[in-house]
Amino acid sequence: MRELRIHGRGGQGSVTAAELIAVAAFEGGVFAQAFPAFGVERRGAPVQAFVRFDNKKIRKRSQVYEPDYIIVQDSTLIKDVNVFLGVKPGGIVIVNTEKKPDFKIPEGVKLITIDATSIALKALGLPITNTTLMGAFAAATGEIQFAALENALKHRFKGELATRNIAAAKTAFDFVKGAA
Amino acid sequence: MMEITEGSHAVAEAVRLCRPQVVSAYPITPQTHIVEALADFVANGKLDAEYINVENEFSALSACVGASAAGSRTYSATTSQGLALMFEVCFNAAGMRLPIVMSIANRALGAPLSIWNDMQDSISLRDAGWLQFYAEDNQEATDLHYIAYRVSEDRKVLLPSFVCFDGFILSHTYEPVDMLTQEDVDKYLPKFNPPERLDAADPVSFGMYATPEYYLEFRYEHDKALKDAREVIAKAGKEFAALFGRDYSAMVEGYKLEDAETVIVAMGSICGTIKDSIDEMRAEGKKVGLLRIRVFRPFPSEDITKFIKSATHVKRIAVLDKNISLGAKGATAIEVKDALYGSTVPVWNYILGLGGRDVRKKDIKEIVVLAEKGQGDQFYGLRKEVL
Repeated sequence: MRELRIHGRGGQGSVTAAELIAVAAFEGGVFAQAFPAFGVERRGAPVQAFVRFDNKKIRKRSQVYEPDYIIVQDSTLIKDVNVFLGVKPGGIVIVNTEKKPDFKIPEGVKLITIDATSIALKALGLPITNTTLMGAFAAATGEIQFAALENALKHRFKGELATRNIAAAKTAFDFVKGAA
Repeated sequence: MMEITEGSHAVAEAVRLCRPQVVSAYPITPQTHIVEALADFVANGKLDAEYINVENEFSALSACVGASAAGSRTYSATTSQGLALMFEVCFNAAGMRLPIVMSIANRALGAPLSIWNDMQDSISLRDAGWLQFYAEDNQEATDLHYIAYRVSEDRKVLLPSFVCFDGFILSHTYEPVDMLTQEDVDKYLPKFNPPERLDAADPVSFGMYATPEYYLEFRYEHDKALKDAREVIAKAGKEFAALFGRDYSAMVEGYKLEDAETVIVAMGSICGTIKDSIDEMRAEGKKVGLLRIRVFRPFPSEDITKFIKSATHVKRIAVLDKNISLGAKGATAIEVKDALYGSTVPVWNYILGLGGRDVRKKDIKEIVVLAEKGQGDQFYGLRKEVL
């Protein structure tokens, strides 16, 4: 079983990202489970959402403490929350930041930084980075196929909004693929 | 067909397929997504039902009582404080023998206020005379609605049912669920046809008062109907299995009990985590098994006795309760001890996971160690400063 933990702030769409990643993984024939850390949702408050992937039925219901993958939607969280806690050796951490990393990540963990905010602003006109980071996640981990992600986005968003979100995800996907 | 969806939406879809004629509910976290989805279905013509908007939960269930007495298949959903507000109506619905089905997205009761999961809400209504089903995952949370209508409306039973599933932990989780089709459900669930109904042409009264000469007999018959539901559940579960392959005929589920020295007893979504930890403990040579209670009312005393009382390999039982009858023990532990009266196997109770406290595999393993040491009847996982 592989586990993903998404850190974000209320309003950034972390829960939606978890759900859509699970939907895309399921399309790829994987048993996926997505759920939020059940906080009281407020805009700006630190939130978490989780996804599990396995080739058999997932029974475990506790939160994710030792993730294989971490997505950090907002790098300002790093000073307040230990977002890298418990990440497995060999794991992959994706951080949305426009800066060079000024934080330490655990040894043996791969760090990918991406300026998802600029990509989202350009594609959507809004600094909502969840769909952008889903593209980066697909490219970095291979847990979901881009085509499946595209389908999940088409199913969740309508018309122009779907097109724009897919464009944001594709830009991030290509950026991470190119950097690899 | 397998699809991946949120627990609440899977439940709402299952309810739609049951063709309720009257839905009345009041939104409350974490039940809200279910009734939102049902309101959408009614507004968009996907469900031919009367959706009665009400000002609170007392009215929601009262509307269901009237509609059910008039011969309609009715549905509601609630949790926590909402269920507490329904207390009086719950007893009336059951006493009038009205087969209402109500989903409970289990949540703690205040004070202090908590929106998070435990089972104090439905467990506190255990004496209300409803059937109580508890789901481990979202597949079961959906399927148990078909079973609940089938059993509740059976003329041997004619009692309402709670279908309980853990708030947030299941209600807000996306996972694959095999959804039945309308054709499937129509095959399994016949039209509601009660023996008595409110009818202006042939007037009857429901819930009239019973004098001391008769009240005792009403209670006897109510209790008997609830106990007779055991056979009806077995039959309804077998027929469901024959049609759709998933078997809910047993009120309990045994997991690796054949040679278990430590038996964990629990209900609900925590049982998935328990099964994973049992596999790990067994790999380390510890013989641990799980007895999961799927139906809490009627209580499956005989099934528990059958599994445990005659088994000489069972050395200890650890009952995990996400509820507490304050001043006594967890409700499951009290009932398990009653079922096992006369047995010399120690039964230890652990109160855990209240108000949304996360329960991990390591917690289950620690509890097994405590039970092995003969340390039990305690809250598990307390912060040190209260001790």
